[in-house]
Amino acid sequence: MFDLSPAEWTAVALSLRVSIVATLVALPFGIAIGWLLARKDFWGKIVVDGIVYLPLVLPPVVTGYLLLISFGRRGPIGAFFADYLGIVFSFRWTGAALSCGVMGFPLMVRPIRLAIEAIDRRLEDAAATLGAGRFFVFLTITLPLALPGVIAGAVMCFARALGEFGATITFVSNIPGETQTISAAIYTLLQVPDGEVQAGRLVVVAIVLALAALIASEWFARRAGMRFQGE
Amino acid sequence: MIVLAVDVEKRLGTFALSARFKATGGVTALFGPSGAGKTILVNMIAGLLAPDRGSIALDDTVLFDDTAGIDVPPHRRHIGYVFQEGRLFPHLSVRQNLDYGRRMSRHPRDAAAFARMTQMLDIGHLLERRPRTLSGGERQRVAIGRALLIRPRLLLLDEPLASLDAARKHEILPYLVRLRDAAHVPMVYVSHTAAELRQIATNVVRLDAGRMVACGGIELLD
Repeated sequence: MFDLSPAEWTAVALSLRVSIVATLVALPFGIAIGWLLARKDFWGKIVVDGIVYLPLVLPPVVTGYLLLISFGRRGPIGAFFADYLGIVFSFRWTGAALSCGVMGFPLMVRPIRLAIEAIDRRLEDAAATLGAGRFFVFLTITLPLALPGVIAGAVMCFARALGEFGATITFVSNIPGETQTISAAIYTLLQVPDGEVQAGRLVVVAIVLALAALIASEWFARRAGMRFQGE
Repeated sequence: MIVLAVDVEKRLGTFALSARFKATGGVTALFGPSGAGKTILVNMIAGLLAPDRGSIALDDTVLFDDTAGIDVPPHRRHIGYVFQEGRLFPHLSVRQNLDYGRRMSRHPRDAAAFARMTQMLDIGHLLERRPRTLSGGERQRVAIGRALLIRPRLLLLDEPLASLDAARKHEILPYLVRLRDAAHVPMVYVSHTAAELRQIATNVVRLDAGRMVACGGIELLD
């Protein structure tokens, strides 16, 4: 049951790579947007707020299609990335990571925003009187105090990325070894006769990975929380 | 010699504050009932709140002047601030809290000064603990040490004893008196309790409802 075929291993490894890259690349943006939404009042905040949460409520196919026309090889943003940074998204694993990151982003921003909103800002004032400029206040006070929320957000994004299907298959298709993640592989196997046993193995892998992510998040959040309680 | 010169106006909602005083060394008490604007005034001295109009100068440095467009940010004012609730950083140990200012200003470690401070405030046995495990009195002593270790040009204390019970107050006051007599750091000490100020203040600025009503010696506390 658990000796996966090389093709299945490829899908699992690809899923992990896509999800890890998606989460790591999304994290700085998630922290920045979370901070912005928690702390700043600006014109158009409600629009930014809406755009961030849009992937959560849009049909994933629509998100995938929007990515295709904007980040595809001939899309305005996609062309810029390809010509100036040498990063091609269409039909590549990088595109899968992009769509997974976009889909996971709302789930990442929300806990980060809530954690930053919950911080006692008077502690930041105290840090300023001790000689810390704004950036160092953020780095040494705000970010560490928001850490449980940052970890929770990262794990939610990672878990969402592992499970992403609709936007990814729309944007970068279903190419074994390049864009065929666990979800896409399961979908493909279920389309062929006798594929169910193989699909079943990948289903178990998907469950194990999701559970492991949740347990890891709980453990990290608890450790981070413990640091405030004292020994 | 004049150390601190304050002449500010500030409006917050319906509350209007207008204060003008000069302080020489020693301990200047900001005395008045709750809601007189004492905390607003020290926050302006610290740079956490900008006055609407006026100026603040410390020694020969202008910290704020609206006509000249000067507003030195709090982290460049070198003013220590002890808050009513301590405001120790919960994610750092006592040692890291005490060391925070030195790290931020990238000064070299000064073990002798650190040891002197922990000894004077009697907090040497608490260094590895987290703020949450400290008593109220211990927390305030750490907060005082943390503010002093940045070698401030001025120390602000905003009701540093208000959150403590009577016994704890008597635990802290001697440290503050020792500080006044030994450290030569000018202090601005906010309180609404005359008895407390009588033990520590050298001169008094009296506030009421956002107005400065008197300025002089400790006889103003009677």
